Amino acid sequence: MAKAIAKKKSNTIKLKFDTSWSYAPAPESKSAATINKQYNLFINGAWQQPLSKKYFDTINPATEEKLSEVAEAGAADVDKAVKAARNAYEKVWKKMPAKERAKYIFRIARLMQEKARELAIIETLDGGKPIKESRDFDVPTAANHLFYYAGWADKLAYAFPNRKTEPLGVAGQITPWNFPLLMASWKIAPALATGNTVVLKPAETTSLTTLKLAEIIQEADLPPGVVNIITGAGETGAAIVNHADVNKIAFTGSTNVGKIIQRAIAGTGKKATLELGGKAANIIFEDAPIDQAVEGVVNAIFFNQGHVCCAGSRLYVQESIAKEVIRKLRDRMQTLIVGDPMDKNTDIGAINSKEQLQIIQKYIAIGKKEGAEMYESSCRLPTKGFWCRPTIFSNVAQSNRIAQEEIFGPVLSILTFRTDDEVIEKANNSPYGLSAGVWTDKGSKIFNMTKRMRAGVVWANTFNKFDPTSPFGGYKESGYGREGGLHGLLPYLNLIN
Amino acid sequence: MEKTIKKSALSISENGLEKKNSSKRLEVLKTYKIYIGGQFPRTESGRYYMPANAAGTKLANICLSSRKDFRDAVVAARAAVSGWSGRAAFNRSQVLYRMAEMLEGRKAQFIQELVLQDSTKAKAEKEVNLAIDRLIHYAGWCDKFQQLFSAVNPVASSHFNFSVPEPTGVVSIIAPQGDSLLGLVSVIAPVIAGGNTCVVLASETKPLCSVTFAEVLNSSDLPGGVVNILTGKPAELASWFVDHMDVNATIYCENNSDRRKMIREKSATNLKRVIFYDKINWYSDEGQSPYFIMDTQEIKTTWHPVENIAGAGGGY
Amino acid sequence: MAIAKSDQMIPDFTLSPHIDQVGVEERASRFTKRSIKKESKMNGLKLVLNMIDLTTLEGKDTDGKVKQLCYKAMHPHDAYTPLAGDSEGAIPSVAAICVYPSMVKVAKKALGNSGIKVASVATAFPSGQAPRDIKIRDTKYAVNEGADEVDMVISRGKFHAGEYNFVFDEIACIKEACGKARLKVILETGELGTFDKVRRASDIAMLAGADFIKTSTGKISPAATMPVTLVMLEAIRDFYYKTGKMIGMKPAGGISKSKLALHYLVMVKEVLGEDWLTNQWFRFGASSLANDVLMQILKEKTGLYQSANYFSVD
Repeated sequence: MAKAIAKKKSNTIKLKFDTSWSYAPAPESKSAATINKQYNLFINGAWQQPLSKKYFDTINPATEEKLSEVAEAGAADVDKAVKAARNAYEKVWKKMPAKERAKYIFRIARLMQEKARELAIIETLDGGKPIKESRDFDVPTAANHLFYYAGWADKLAYAFPNRKTEPLGVAGQITPWNFPLLMASWKIAPALATGNTVVLKPAETTSLTTLKLAEIIQEADLPPGVVNIITGAGETGAAIVNHADVNKIAFTGSTNVGKIIQRAIAGTGKKATLELGGKAANIIFEDAPIDQAVEGVVNAIFFNQGHVCCAGSRLYVQESIAKEVIRKLRDRMQTLIVGDPMDKNTDIGAINSKEQLQIIQKYIAIGKKEGAEMYESSCRLPTKGFWCRPTIFSNVAQSNRIAQEEIFGPVLSILTFRTDDEVIEKANNSPYGLSAGVWTDKGSKIFNMTKRMRAGVVWANTFNKFDPTSPFGGYKESGYGREGGLHGLLPYLNLIN
Repeated sequence: MEKTIKKSALSISENGLEKKNSSKRLEVLKTYKIYIGGQFPRTESGRYYMPANAAGTKLANICLSSRKDFRDAVVAARAAVSGWSGRAAFNRSQVLYRMAEMLEGRKAQFIQELVLQDSTKAKAEKEVNLAIDRLIHYAGWCDKFQQLFSAVNPVASSHFNFSVPEPTGVVSIIAPQGDSLLGLVSVIAPVIAGGNTCVVLASETKPLCSVTFAEVLNSSDLPGGVVNILTGKPAELASWFVDHMDVNATIYCENNSDRRKMIREKSATNLKRVIFYDKINWYSDEGQSPYFIMDTQEIKTTWHPVENIAGAGGGY
Repeated sequence: MAIAKSDQMIPDFTLSPHIDQVGVEERASRFTKRSIKKESKMNGLKLVLNMIDLTTLEGKDTDGKVKQLCYKAMHPHDAYTPLAGDSEGAIPSVAAICVYPSMVKVAKKALGNSGIKVASVATAFPSGQAPRDIKIRDTKYAVNEGADEVDMVISRGKFHAGEYNFVFDEIACIKEACGKARLKVILETGELGTFDKVRRASDIAMLAGADFIKTSTGKISPAATMPVTLVMLEAIRDFYYKTGKMIGMKPAGGISKSKLALHYLVMVKEVLGEDWLTNQWFRFGASSLANDVLMQILKEKTGLYQSANYFSVD
């Protein structure tokens, strides 16, 4: 019965997602946010002009319009910030009762919640991510992270059996451009809770929400110098890393820069936490809940334009279901809305910078050259700004560069496999080890897979989930140290007998 | 029974010490070889060195291991990772306990070797006793440290989320120069208790116990390749120990700041975990703790959805 | 879902795809994040109104009640006058009236040639606990009275007992009894207990000849939810890809607000696309939804928040 119809129509069976009923633009208003024309450095509780006298522009990647200009901290500015942090550490923060320290962090968390809408708008304007994500994920998760660690401040004695703890001193922290506010929160919250003071530098393309956080910190009356926010690019970061009076480096960014930092701090006794790149394997078995797996794949690779270090960028599909999964994925991609990040219906916003777009385009060209089969959604792209359609490559070989190297964009490489052992071997066949995913309805297989995958975070039947209580961090070249949860405390502490 | 063993152990020890004076028979000297993949090869380089004690007595011809020996040892260690880390923690505990038993059984030989390497008899006995006890200590930790350092994380979404320690993989170790037995045991035990495998460079100046310890390991149900012991010079080998791309972590126990810096620099090639134990007093209680195990563990966090039906407030 | 190798074989329904509940709920909640504004809201509201099966299924239903409902179906809100430039013109009528078999004749007569369909529940609605021959007679009665559509219930007891072939055969028999009337198969998802079972029941119903699959009778809580509807829409999509045959979807019960109805519309749009965005393939089984949609339409038109006092209840 069914068969006959299927034969007849198999070429015409197609879902049409370009529907007559479509969504009208629903842009978030910019009026709820204030962005200054110029930002100085936040050092010792005050806004200070950079000794370097230099400023650089920060633009909206969706429109290429200038949003503001931001100070570029030179070595002398870094030194000033570190001195302020040292002074605050020795004179105030180290001596303060832990429960009081906690209350400051709680206060910052609350203020962040109160200003959530403004922060979300600025995050989207400055970084290009969809307002839906900055509103529903970045900002609330950032505030939750502060809440979580605030509570730890006076409970450290319970965290490490048979050991006392002491803070390290001044933490130099460098955050990436993909989750600016959230990463600032991931860095500052545990550092303050454990009694350290902070010099933090956001990425140069996305400084604004971190500067807004500085305003919040000021409003919270945090003692001057406990948190110093300085802006700048790689050289500013290097000055922090190389400053002799910094005790700890916490860095989230590329593996290359992570290695430079590792070399730079050799012989110094500085502790480090490195959260670096990834090329996560996301594995779908034939017995998986397929529709949820497909949604998981979408979330794994297209969340935040694929600018996610733990993105599920290598999809391994069991051969028996590969066609079906790819078909479902293509249908789903047709419903992804690419465009104005401020529109509440946008699923995929702007690529963060021109440089990053060029890197992504380079890899797409490599993928084509390597003979993989490319499919991109048919959506229209805005004329100004930096954009990339959601893209998948099928028939990818393990040896292809698009299967090995981090692309950091909305580009998925799809490979097939036959057996459990084969896919484990392929999944682990990578210098990275940040995250991994596995989709199967069989419990014992899940435990087998999650145990054997060499990655710091393993998502089973889900992907790209984050929580303040859940430790995050990599194996192998994805870095070391953990952020989040109980395990996120140790990187900021010395244990003493 | 216990008394008899002790007595006989002592008598062997005395015989050993008297060997220079013995004229009755020609003594059979021991060849000190390296230990790779459960075998006792000589160094592939064919080189040797001859350390001497303070009195100037030559200890033995000791293999001067090469980078190729190290390479072979890493291959053996890598091959042993999945088997050893896959063993039940309880089983690893049994093996470590067995190592302690074997060490106890050859106590006299270790004391003799330590004395030959400038220890006093009393101090040597203390060192061997502590080394045995240390193995027992870590044997007990094998199936317990995970419980201390794991967590079930109360995430806000409908997921079960837990974090557990897992071995980092292959660890290269440059053992302490001073406490040639106790130091060696103290750095190896936590690494293998946690399911890692290792390649160890023994004390350059006091290498005898390390080879004899390898013999203990070889008779202890410890699978070949889990512990590989080389003898030789850190000056030659340290950089190879840290820039091998298939080594996951390096432990360095000497107090040499130039070499420490070199190690941290070179570790960047594949972002090895680097651990320095230059200030640890292995004789004290600070010389043992589960935190040493955690130094070569990674934390893995696993998420899985939790179904909630009808009454539990789900949308169903 | 497995399609039989031979046309004579009934597929193994235990092979229906598995569903992860948390994943389905996350996906369903993502549809609710779509912001429907301005003209897309107006168009959506009209579409929703046009997809409603205006329903009365009560023991106390009378000819009088059904006649009033039919008038409401044809004249949702006569006070509404399209503004100048409103190309869409007047607001649409609902898709159908849904009643018990004994009320079909009254409804049919009241609706005349309005084009509004009459749907009749049948097969010992709502429990379905009756012998097959009675269910067939119930169905034939409704069709003979003039029903354009039949809303049957599956035998949930048999389904839970694993007698999938019984359930399949029963649906096939009712389909035969329907003749030209379109068959909606009610799974009563609130009694099935898991999404896996909803998916399996959907596959059985579609393979046995359902024209529509429908969530609920409205007599059991929970009735329609977005996640359960999503599972059924995905079953419809998979069936379409395997057979080329379109199946309609009808969530029923629990959808009384237009905002929620618009979320459902978003879900249909993004799971099945354009072809299903019509009352030929998608319906809302609801009684109070229509007035809320009307109030929202008026609000969009006038800019004023509305009061229920200005909208006739029947």
